[in-house]
Amino acid sequence: MQRFVAILPIIFLSTTLFSTEVTARNQIKVVGSSTVFPFSTIVAEKFGKSTKFKTPAIESTGSGGGMKLFCAGVGLTHPDVTNASRRMKAKEFELCNKNGVTATEFIVGNDGLAFSNNKNSKRFEISIMHIAAALAAKLPRTTGLEDNWLKTWEEVDQFVAGNVSSQALVGLPNIPIRVLVPPPTSGTRDAMSSLFMKSGHKKLGTYSDVGKKGAAKLREDGAAIEVGENDNLIIEKLAADGDLFGVFGYSFYDQNRDKVQASIIDGVALNFDNIASYKYPGARPLFTYVKREHLEVIPGIKEFFKEFISEKALSIDGYLYPAGLVPLSDNDFKKESAKLTSFPAVTIK
Amino acid sequence: MGNGKTNTELIAKSLEKRHRRQTRLKYYGLFSILLGITFLIILLGSITLNGYTALQQTVVQISVNISPDKVFDDNGNISEEVMYNTNWDGLAKKAFRQEFPDVVDRKEKRKLSDLISSNAGYDIKWMVSQNPSIVGKETKLWVKTSDDVDQLLKGRLTVNVPEEQRRLSNSQLKWVKNLTDKGIIKKQFNTVFFTSADSREPESSGILGAIIGSAIAMVVTMALALPFAVMAAIYLEYFAKPGKWTDFIEVNINNLAAVPSIVFGLLGLAVFLNFFELPRSAPLVGGMVLSLMTLPTIIIASRAAIRAVPSSIRDAALSLGASKMQAAVDHVLPLASPGILTGTIIGMAQALGETAPLIMIGMVVFLVDIPTGFTDAATALPVQIYIWSDSAERAFYERSSLAIMILVLFLITMNLLAVLLRKKFEKKW
Repeated sequence: MQRFVAILPIIFLSTTLFSTEVTARNQIKVVGSSTVFPFSTIVAEKFGKSTKFKTPAIESTGSGGGMKLFCAGVGLTHPDVTNASRRMKAKEFELCNKNGVTATEFIVGNDGLAFSNNKNSKRFEISIMHIAAALAAKLPRTTGLEDNWLKTWEEVDQFVAGNVSSQALVGLPNIPIRVLVPPPTSGTRDAMSSLFMKSGHKKLGTYSDVGKKGAAKLREDGAAIEVGENDNLIIEKLAADGDLFGVFGYSFYDQNRDKVQASIIDGVALNFDNIASYKYPGARPLFTYVKREHLEVIPGIKEFFKEFISEKALSIDGYLYPAGLVPLSDNDFKKESAKLTSFPAVTIK
Repeated sequence: MGNGKTNTELIAKSLEKRHRRQTRLKYYGLFSILLGITFLIILLGSITLNGYTALQQTVVQISVNISPDKVFDDNGNISEEVMYNTNWDGLAKKAFRQEFPDVVDRKEKRKLSDLISSNAGYDIKWMVSQNPSIVGKETKLWVKTSDDVDQLLKGRLTVNVPEEQRRLSNSQLKWVKNLTDKGIIKKQFNTVFFTSADSREPESSGILGAIIGSAIAMVVTMALALPFAVMAAIYLEYFAKPGKWTDFIEVNINNLAAVPSIVFGLLGLAVFLNFFELPRSAPLVGGMVLSLMTLPTIIIASRAAIRAVPSSIRDAALSLGASKMQAAVDHVLPLASPGILTGTIIGMAQALGETAPLIMIGMVVFLVDIPTGFTDAATALPVQIYIWSDSAERAFYERSSLAIMILVLFLITMNLLAVLLRKKFEKKW
């Protein structure tokens, strides 16, 4: 008895560490963007229920986190698929290359960044210039670059109208700037940096002053408030505070129309048609990447993508539409579904 | 005395002041406790108010006639193969639309179909596989409604706003009212919640997958943490020579007990996943990480329990010729076991409620299948709450509240068990 007690932990440790060599995996593992997560999970569930394959396991890690895991290597402990709400970056592509990972890229649909506030507050009709000026880390003054000194939306209005002669005052109220923004690991933040901030700076004529890196930088004096990947939390906060603004994806906006309203940006309202036509400045494509090295190893991957990149899922009559995914144009859809036969490797420079 | 008062007078005078002070202190204490209880009641009350409605699920009666060739193969046996090829979704929607034959417009038809759960077809498939006798004749079945209808009938959907801001359109509201008038829509106990794992459709989502994931992780935690902790405690109490080394170890154990749990998650990621290459999202790894986290708690409790056993018992055993090990294992340990057990249960309760370290090792994951083994992908109870609270659909809100109630129930049970065990086996020396 005593001897048994003494060696018990050793037995247990060795069995757990050595008996669990990874045996063949029969479940697809997906990581990546929290914006694509709701769509990806719906497809996975349909796939699991209508085929003999296991339902894929899907983790929401953010686009950046997903890429890191995806590109870490080939083998059963590494995920097979990663979702992203922006294209794979050149740096990530290099990492993939280094670890022997090649990927096929699919565009699954479109999304639009909502810039929203409480339904009962005044609806903003602004330009991306206002968003850029309100959130920029630094802005140019006659004396050179300075930390963003604009405190209220009224000041932003005057700054923009003063800098750009074609832009008249739009009548923004005298309330402090406070905007809830996604964290840097999120693809939504990357999209916001390029669609709102960089384009906004360009339109504002301040891009050359702040530079490429500076244009993506948000101010850190409390006006831009970073929140986690939890978009429901943003909605709750907007519902409770009429002066707050928030940036999040279209599907969350669509589910919460009774609580929040999206600002009209550059004269374009956030809705289905304006995203599909890319008239809305915050429109962006959503991506998913599959590891080509795993295609023949994990059962069901090809079938999973046949379910995902199908009219049944992605078209306007498809089951992802009610969840807030804006479908691709017919031409784009044909391009994506053509990839299903050969799963071509993507190159990103 | 300078002012002409005697000591007795002075004391008598200060006595009143001291009494007042004591009363004040008493009320401060009472106030703190009352404040704590008030917040607890507000917290539990709001969770219960939000969550109890999830115990019910709205269902609607549809009448279907499933033709046998959709279920049976040529030999008349029920066949999975044939059933996979059947369009169950379309079948359910078509059957439901029969209730409203006057809806013909394609868009309106689609809106009508949206009133029932998009998993209704798979539910019918499941019913058929359980009871094939319903095939081939007109049968009335209760299927789940969509989460929007469910929330509407539970009064959680705002209806007095313009149509475009609503989840349900005017015609959809009219149809639901019609169904209510006909009496073929009702609320029933939400068994699905207790028998299935996660789903993208709130009406098909359940907590069982998460409970089993937690249970597997807890088994691993217990199996690893308890023996290691008891061995460490015995060594420190009986074998370690007092000195700098022992002090150093002791300080470190106490420090580890105070380390934020996310740090253990990072450790698990670096060691178990990246170095040992154990599978991601596995409850085995979750249990290992949690055992690291609870180890110091159990060691401290075990040492206290061992120390509480009078040294006379050990001395008696040693003087009768028992070895140090015999004295520890045969005499001290049985007497200390109630205390060790209590510490273990409290440590386990702490581990059960932990989310942060599990995020790092990938247990925050969407899973429809219930895990069956140590290396299957799994999630845990608190993680499930986290996932649901992050979902866009409104109906997940009440479900996450109900899941919180279940988690709290588990924690209360465990802590109560610890108290009862201590009461029952506690020995006064």
